[in-house]
Amino acid sequence: MLEIKNLVVQIEDKRILNGLNLTVNNGEVAAIMGPNGSGKSTLSYVIAGKEDYEVLDGEIILDGQNLLEMEPDQRAAAGVFLAFQYPLEIPGVASMTFLKAAMNAQRKSRGQDELSTPDFIKRVNAAAAKLEIPKDMLKRALNVGFSGGEKKRMEILQMALLEPTFCILDETDSGLDIDALRIVSEGVNALRSPDRSFLVITHYQRLLNHIVPDTVHVMSAGRVVKSGGKELALELEANGYADYRESEAA
Amino acid sequence: MPAVQETIDQVRSIDVDQYKYGFETEVEMEKAPKGLSEDVIRFISAKKGEPEWMLAWRLDAYKRWLTMTEPSWARVSYDKIDYNDIYYYAAPKKNPAPKSLDEVDPEILRTYEKLGIPLREQEILAGVEPERRVAVDAVFDSVSVATTFKEELKKAGVIFMPISEAIREYPDLVRQYLGSVVPVTDNFFATLNSAVFTDGSFVYVPPGVRCPMELSTYFRINEKNTGQFERTLIIADKGSYVSYLEGCTAPKRDENQLHAAVVELVALDDAEIKYSTVQNWYPGDAEGRGGIYNFVTKRGDCRGKNSVITWTQVETGSAITWKYPSCILRGDNSRGEFYSIAVSNGMQQVDSGTKMIHLGKNTTSRIISKGIAAGKSENTYRGLVSAHRKASGARNFTNCDSLLIGNQCGAHTVPYIESKNASAVFEHEATTSKISEDQMFYCQQRGLSEEEATALIVNGFVKDVLQQLPMEFAVEAQKLISISLEGSVG
Repeated sequence: MLEIKNLVVQIEDKRILNGLNLTVNNGEVAAIMGPNGSGKSTLSYVIAGKEDYEVLDGEIILDGQNLLEMEPDQRAAAGVFLAFQYPLEIPGVASMTFLKAAMNAQRKSRGQDELSTPDFIKRVNAAAAKLEIPKDMLKRALNVGFSGGEKKRMEILQMALLEPTFCILDETDSGLDIDALRIVSEGVNALRSPDRSFLVITHYQRLLNHIVPDTVHVMSAGRVVKSGGKELALELEANGYADYRESEAA
Repeated sequence: MPAVQETIDQVRSIDVDQYKYGFETEVEMEKAPKGLSEDVIRFISAKKGEPEWMLAWRLDAYKRWLTMTEPSWARVSYDKIDYNDIYYYAAPKKNPAPKSLDEVDPEILRTYEKLGIPLREQEILAGVEPERRVAVDAVFDSVSVATTFKEELKKAGVIFMPISEAIREYPDLVRQYLGSVVPVTDNFFATLNSAVFTDGSFVYVPPGVRCPMELSTYFRINEKNTGQFERTLIIADKGSYVSYLEGCTAPKRDENQLHAAVVELVALDDAEIKYSTVQNWYPGDAEGRGGIYNFVTKRGDCRGKNSVITWTQVETGSAITWKYPSCILRGDNSRGEFYSIAVSNGMQQVDSGTKMIHLGKNTTSRIISKGIAAGKSENTYRGLVSAHRKASGARNFTNCDSLLIGNQCGAHTVPYIESKNASAVFEHEATTSKISEDQMFYCQQRGLSEEEATALIVNGFVKDVLQQLPMEFAVEAQKLISISLEGSVG
């Protein structure tokens, strides 16, 4: 379970999150929606531990652990996974090499043995097949020259292999065509389980037709201003964010 | 497992005990007086039992050297060297050698540990001098190993021996080629080396012979002998092939601060020489005190048509590196290649690169240089590509990439391009990049620690060059690069 209480964050003296509260239960898929600049991406970065963000107040607790006291790699080992909106390129490092390094690094911090090479390859091949990732893509340098759809599929592949307990999808639908959206969504849905929760950040209802959320939270001006069931997303799609922008101004 | 250990195991299986004896005479230290003079050179030459022509050659070099001034164009700075305050032959140790590993800098020990070097070998590398060292050294110098390898090489007709021996045993060959690539008058440090060199390696591969082994294994055994002023000469006769590997990934304790080696390669028609170096000499402490000055002249001559010379280097050590392994592409259709990884951290200064001199027709060259600067180091690539007016169809491709880690280091690229032939095509690409915070965050988000992330990104950066190294060495070099950069982040 993830609990965020009264989170206040600024970057370069600009206040982005203003006392945000959010709870995501085990096995829950929570969608975060909201207009541009409402702090959605900042929230994902702060949970994952990106530098540059100054946390002024509040706490983020994942399964009893205080994430704010941990380094990004420790948070990853504790179960946090962030699927990036813009995945980074690592030139010269084959995707396979990267996957193995990441998996073994996490196993090491959890006190587990390294994976044997055959075991590793078996896992990767199985997961890659589900996401329709061809083998030659795994040999190419990570994300270098990948199309938008390939990058997002690679993110979900990593999510599948690292077996996190708390997954954040930061606008995973951006830049995806319909087929890629279907593949990615099916990949995510296959990972839904009672002990894994998701925070799905998106602008659009479209993604939520594929990944159906349990709860929907609307963010505005650095706070969750409304929470509801999946029907709230449909309402937003119909009415836009106008109501919430007003509340921001008020 | 480092290859050295394999050698030890191999030697053990041959039964080393019989070679313990007759060793002590070798330990005796003989030394020339401090400083440089004609007498010292005569002393060195006499010690080596050299013929008269060799002495004359040395003395000639010395006279030249006296008229020369130390070069100052490199982007490095250091206190003036007093050349009369150096022992040029069998320098006695300034400090007593450590009696056990307990007395060795723990920092160095940690590095050994990370490289997975066995204790016994650590002692040798650290220069520990307990009684048992004799036996261990005997293993390394073991006549038996030398003989085993020598016999195999002899079968192939390859001559491989210390150059001092070659001067006595194959004077005609040595005389024909020594100084033919790096002339006695070439530069301040090469001329100094010509006057005072004490040893190094000599290789001759006869026509049509493919040398049956990487000359690394053997070389490692002999490495103890490589001194301050090393001289190496490799000749690949027509249609032959040889791969030679110099150096060691483990940092070596060395009393001599100034190293000025000369390496000459000669490739005749259709011959190929691959020369790989891994250099990890002591870089000095955090303030930059005490590291090695590595002022090396390395040059290959593609003398015959269709000949190929490839330099591959991984440079992580030394306080100052001044080194430009070069190729003279004299033969038509000859090819020169230079692959380099230069890592600098702490207070290290690197000024390194290559020269590709296109003289023959349709000659080609390729330069791939990867400089990585961290800490407060300065890392300069300096390269020359030139085409003589007769070098029609000359082609060069150069790619120089620099990677900066942190914000207190510097990377510089200084390419010189001279073309006197209109048909020459030279391409130059250069990039300077920094490991971005976003890349680091991405890797860390996947569970890699800061240091693991840096090592991974750096290894991706140098991949093109690592692939050029012999397999066993590529793995060690990769580890070495990670270790060299430890503590460079955060």
